[in-house]
Amino acid sequence: MLETVLFFALALLAVTAAIGMIVHRSPVYSVLMLIITLFSIAGFYVLLNAPFVAAVHMIVYAGAIIVLFLFVVMLLDLRHESDRFTLTKFSRVLAFIAFLVFLGEAILLVKVAFIDGGLDIGLGGQVSQLGDTPSIGKLLFTAYLLPFEIASVLLLVAIIGAVILAKQNLKPSQ
Amino acid sequence: MADFIVGAVEYLSKFIFFIIAVLVISPVLTWVERKQSAVMQDRIGANRAEILGLRMLGLFHALADSLKLFTKEYFVPKGADRLIFHLAPCISIFFAVMGFAVIPHADTLIISGQPVEMQIVNLNIGLLYFFAVLGMAVYGVVLGAWASNNNYALLGGLRASAQMISYEVSIGISLVGIILVYQSVDLMEITRAQGDLLFGFLPKWGIFLQPLAFFIFMAAGIAETKRIPFDAPEGESEIVGYFIEYSGMGFGMYFLTDFLETILIACLTVTFFLGGWQAPFIDGWILQTFSDSTFLGIFQLNNFILTIVQFLAFVFKVCLVIFMMMTIRWTLPRFRYDQIMNLGWKMLLPLSLFNIVVTAIIVYFIG
Amino acid sequence: MPIEYYLIVAAILFSIGVLGVLTRRNAIIVFLCIELMLNAVNLTLVAFSNHVQNLDGQVFVFFVMIVAAAEVAVGLALIVAIFRQKETVYVDEINLMKW
Repeated sequence: MLETVLFFALALLAVTAAIGMIVHRSPVYSVLMLIITLFSIAGFYVLLNAPFVAAVHMIVYAGAIIVLFLFVVMLLDLRHESDRFTLTKFSRVLAFIAFLVFLGEAILLVKVAFIDGGLDIGLGGQVSQLGDTPSIGKLLFTAYLLPFEIASVLLLVAIIGAVILAKQNLKPSQ
Repeated sequence: MADFIVGAVEYLSKFIFFIIAVLVISPVLTWVERKQSAVMQDRIGANRAEILGLRMLGLFHALADSLKLFTKEYFVPKGADRLIFHLAPCISIFFAVMGFAVIPHADTLIISGQPVEMQIVNLNIGLLYFFAVLGMAVYGVVLGAWASNNNYALLGGLRASAQMISYEVSIGISLVGIILVYQSVDLMEITRAQGDLLFGFLPKWGIFLQPLAFFIFMAAGIAETKRIPFDAPEGESEIVGYFIEYSGMGFGMYFLTDFLETILIACLTVTFFLGGWQAPFIDGWILQTFSDSTFLGIFQLNNFILTIVQFLAFVFKVCLVIFMMMTIRWTLPRFRYDQIMNLGWKMLLPLSLFNIVVTAIIVYFIG
Repeated sequence: MPIEYYLIVAAILFSIGVLGVLTRRNAIIVFLCIELMLNAVNLTLVAFSNHVQNLDGQVFVFFVMIVAAAEVAVGLALIVAIFRQKETVYVDEINLMKW
């Protein structure tokens, strides 16, 4: 009962904040709307027995990535944009049609797969200890050790790349 | 009916902890700051506030401060973003207060035969929850600075948030050593695991098993909360801080966040490194001396006294750590900003990584 | 909560992200919508991981987050570098290679 109420509240919050994000005039408010969406997605993860993923999601996304976005938006001083959507009306109509097609196809897929009973792959049971930290830790360090190490090299490369790209080339005379 | 009593007493005990930690210690902290600095600097300090002729060593100054902040004019600068300007201090306090939800303040209290854990929320990912809340603390600062429509405030806010995210990394990595030693991410389990005795007399506290991590955590914790000596972002008399446009209760809320985060870092230092609520040799004595009889109809006598003693031990240790942080505050001069960044990235981070490697090797061969 | 509900919410969020990428002109907002799409995919993965009772989905989500972090760092550095040269972040004004 509580789970149902929470699910619908979080779903409403997520979708409303996402729509607010793509529509709002100010980039800072768009970023804040995305933070609200990320909060509700973390709530979904907790409902889906994935507390470790929820915590890492908050730490990485809401605690670091969005802060980086905020920094860039504030430093580039992007204020209210009156002409924020694509310029031609035709492109906007096409984009909306693409959105409807995409959404319709995804919902149709889910309906055929699950509601009409065509595909039932798992037990669908509830185990409360599914996503806790020791289990994921064991998996990460045994079965997925190579991707783990490659991910750390990837992050190192990304740090070096970001530093080089954003560096200012000051000539000696300046 | 019994279930209702258990629930009500449990709620009451958690509420009492929260009120004491957040609403009682913070005003006392303002008094401690003034009086301790006065004692250290060989002067009297603020002692003029009086109610009905009673001065009480200057304790009423906390009340006077709050009244002053409530009654000052709270105006919004021209061109400021009104919604975020009002919301930013609230966001700051919200995340500072949320961190208190996972701090264990005593072992289980037996109410009508049912054990109740003395922690507001018993999360099995307690430590990661604390990291998440710490990461979100940046938003209060950077949004308040941006919403002020003031270039200098914005630069101060970006300075503050750059410092905060730099020291978050060192805090996180130094705590990995604690996770390796106590083999759990749950704060209650970590505190319980500190109850054993090493060599028969030394309690297995974090400060004895992980001394390097203790110093790194304390230094990074003080830097994270932007206390002196790491308060280059706030600046006070040298440079424009991030809350320059806030007056009245807006400033009061940032001020309160400062103290709440100090208390939070102190509570966490106590939980990880000083044994939390463990009272090393007293708990055995209490369990032997007092009987098992029912007390007030719902508690067990020895368990009830043990819980109170553990809570008092926790509060005593937190006060000790806060006293130490205040002493550091009034001793060291302010660091320069590049010195702060240097310390965070080039000294604390390699040291904490070295700590992890050494701890992992020792745990593998011994534990 | 049956899994279809989570999948439909994820599909709605993904579609909103697609709409944002196609309609907004500001490069940073486009990037934000890409992040929203990545999050919708993460939600799908975790929902399936719960349904099939297998932890591999959650480990996959962990790696997706790492890659997203790296991508955001490099992408924002690119946007900052472009802003320095052309003083704009609107994607339809960055058209030097258009013929």
